[in-house]
Amino acid sequence: MVTCKQFLKELNDYLDPNTDPVMKTHLESHVSECMNCFVIVDTTRKTLQVYKGMEPQEIPEDVKARLWKALERKMVAEGTS
Amino acid sequence: MTPTSHSAVASDPNDEGTLVAQAQAGDGTAFAELVQRYQRKIYRLAKHITQNDEDAEDVLQDSFMKAYEHLKGFHGQSKFYTWIVRIAVNESLMKLRKRKGDRFVSLDEPIDTGEEEVKREIAVWEGNPEQQYSQEELQGILNEAVETLKPDFRTVFTLRDIEELSTEETAEALGISIPAVKSRLLRARLELREKLTRKFKRKGDNAFGYV
Repeated sequence: MVTCKQFLKELNDYLDPNTDPVMKTHLESHVSECMNCFVIVDTTRKTLQVYKGMEPQEIPEDVKARLWKALERKMVAEGTS
Repeated sequence: MTPTSHSAVASDPNDEGTLVAQAQAGDGTAFAELVQRYQRKIYRLAKHITQNDEDAEDVLQDSFMKAYEHLKGFHGQSKFYTWIVRIAVNESLMKLRKRKGDRFVSLDEPIDTGEEEVKREIAVWEGNPEQQYSQEELQGILNEAVETLKPDFRTVFTLRDIEELSTEETAEALGISIPAVKSRLLRARLELREKLTRKFKRKGDNAFGYV
């Protein structure tokens, strides 16, 4: 019998698609009976989803321009084509 | 793999390995393409770790300059992206150490990941935050939440869950063990879940549970 504390320790494994199916089934049985852990799994999944869906912000133009200038200088100094 | 498909892959001008090989042979345009491809991700990573615009700008520039300088020493044991991430993480951590007045910021010492039983907010979310907030508002909320994490936790979270490095790649990039990556990631995920639940929970849901 998995306790909530044990389940939370294994939460990463539970969320990992590559986890051993036997282990997953074991953890699954806890989630199906424990409303609190079910909500934690659901909201952790959603947390990861919103972060994964976040597009990298545009780099400010002046920052980009300084990066390219620095690289150009370096390439010219080293005679790169 | 057939010889035909192999040669098709090898000659793909947009293939990362091809670009790296061309850049190593002195083709500046190929290196520029690699910079173009990853600059936004590297800038985001640096901003997440340093939490400072000026430092992130320096990290962006210094990382690509270093990559360029050491390109010939890159032998493709890892992906170019993983390699540039590793450089950017080191540069970012150096900035953090400097800003903290040389107070030692270490990622390789044991830390308390606080996995004892704690009171947690248990509430379902009101709909989908991606539909409820503008991209800009949501970005602000997510950045603010990451900012509150300790550097050890936010660095691991950024590499694993934002930049999508594997556990092994993250451990290698940070010079810490795989169990350390796992425990820090768990703590970071749970803390962020808690913070976002406070923001996104369904109105009227105020349940707490000891789990």
